[in-house]
Amino acid sequence: MSDMIVLENLTKRFGDLTAVDAVSMHVARGEVLGFLGPNGAGKSTTMKMICGYLTPTSGTARVQGHDVMTEPMAVKAAIGYLPEGAPTYGDMTVRAFLRFIARIRGFDGAEVDRRVDRVRELADLDEVIGRPVETLSKGFKRRVGLAQSILHDPEVLIMDEPTDGLDPNQKHQVRSLIKDMAHDKAIVISTHILEEVGAVCSRAVVIAHGKLLADGTPEDLLRRDAHHNAVVVRLAAAGADDLIAGLSALPQIAGVEQLTGDAANTQDGIVGFRARPKDGASIVVPVGEYLRGLGVTPEEMYVEHGHMDEVFRAITLGGETRAGTGA
Amino acid sequence: MRNIWIIAKRELAGYFATPLALIFIVIFLALTGAFTFFLGNFFARGQADLQAFFQFHPWLYLILIPAVAMRLWAEERKSGTIELLMTLPVTTTQAVLGKFFAAWAFCGIALSLTFPIWITVNILGEPDNGTIVAGYVGSFLMAGGLMSIGACMSAMTKNQVIAFIIAATVCFLFTMSGLEMVLNFFHAWAPPLIVDTVASLSFLVRFDAVTRGVIDMRDVLYFISLIAFFLFTNVIVVEVKKSA
Repeated sequence: MSDMIVLENLTKRFGDLTAVDAVSMHVARGEVLGFLGPNGAGKSTTMKMICGYLTPTSGTARVQGHDVMTEPMAVKAAIGYLPEGAPTYGDMTVRAFLRFIARIRGFDGAEVDRRVDRVRELADLDEVIGRPVETLSKGFKRRVGLAQSILHDPEVLIMDEPTDGLDPNQKHQVRSLIKDMAHDKAIVISTHILEEVGAVCSRAVVIAHGKLLADGTPEDLLRRDAHHNAVVVRLAAAGADDLIAGLSALPQIAGVEQLTGDAANTQDGIVGFRARPKDGASIVVPVGEYLRGLGVTPEEMYVEHGHMDEVFRAITLGGETRAGTGA
Repeated sequence: MRNIWIIAKRELAGYFATPLALIFIVIFLALTGAFTFFLGNFFARGQADLQAFFQFHPWLYLILIPAVAMRLWAEERKSGTIELLMTLPVTTTQAVLGKFFAAWAFCGIALSLTFPIWITVNILGEPDNGTIVAGYVGSFLMAGGLMSIGACMSAMTKNQVIAFIIAATVCFLFTMSGLEMVLNFFHAWAPPLIVDTVASLSFLVRFDAVTRGVIDMRDVLYFISLIAFFLFTNVIVVEVKKSA
């Protein structure tokens, strides 16, 4: 079975509030699933249910074939989980904490030290291994939490905002670690840092108000932005109006708009405009040929790939952004 | 069993990682000493026994045990580590037992450090050491009973101070229920059966009997079932609280 994690109509209600509303999805080995959504969307609640911390109101989750409702211990043994904020026992040293986790994960004797040594290297904890966790910086605490979650080399890894509060170098390090582990595991990370999705995830789902709203590769999601594959051109202002009119007439192009305000970023005598494609197709070749045909040399010309922020806003707010204005 | 032991070891080490353990032990020893000699008139009594020593234990425990118990669950919930603990392959029952045994063992350590007074009384006279052993057993059982109440109350809140106050209050009611001032309240209107039931819940009545050297199985059973009841409740409280 390649589906390591299966959610079936997973639902959680807190009184009147439906935090997670009938979410169904599959995560296969080798996938890094980015779990996106605004704060309070139900990301953490979903993860807590998969890990057996919260009991679903209805529906269920299966991890490597074990049902979280009927075999919670098997699920907990199979999963590596980094809870939100990476809580750790502050009064323990890093080594004592990791040894405690190793023992409770069922390791004994020399194997405990072997496991602790392995994650100490992976999470780069050498310099703090003997210090109490509560004296560590936020970045190190996060790495201790990460080390804890991968100590038993789980095939299913669930991480709630693993890079939250880290500096750019630390983020990069954590992402590399996740990518290195990805090929033989099923990994779910939640985040609201959208650049992260492109950086580490092979697939992204968007959740808001407890409902699953989108599911696809990061490229699929970017394609939803009207600016996906749009071409921005900057050139001399003289004769630009005719040029824009001509471009608009090309069959591949949905529309051309002149850049204004900050987006324009032009010096005197230069105008910038953006040509939007129909159906997200690549239009850089026709635009280039058209300009060359007129003998115009642009100052600058580049292809936009769309912005995850815009897609995210469009999906989670339900429409009224530029994604709705395309085509 | 293994998981209970691992959790208990971590928890016990946690007490000694902070000044809490040291402060608790020092204060416990200082107060037992002070009470025994000044309030209990250890010397003036002229008797080679530890009645003067044991009789103040319930009152010390009333304050000190809730102080030890308050962090057990409240701290886990406050710092979020309960989510870590409960997603490790550990059952709630194992976690509850592990934490309780660690806290109880800690009391045992503090209690065993009162041994100089045992030596003292043996040097001064010829006490009935069987009675003294019974007193220690009774004191330890009573500590366990109060600790189970404290652990259960700690699971109800994130706030250690609230956990302490509630635990101290409940412990106080259990301890006091055998005293005349409480029973008089019931004498006025309740049938003797109810008065006896309330009196039988009292730690003091049972503890008094034990310190006189009579280890009645019913008293032992009382403490053990009390501990079992509050630990069972503790498991339920942890389960209910985490899903709310």
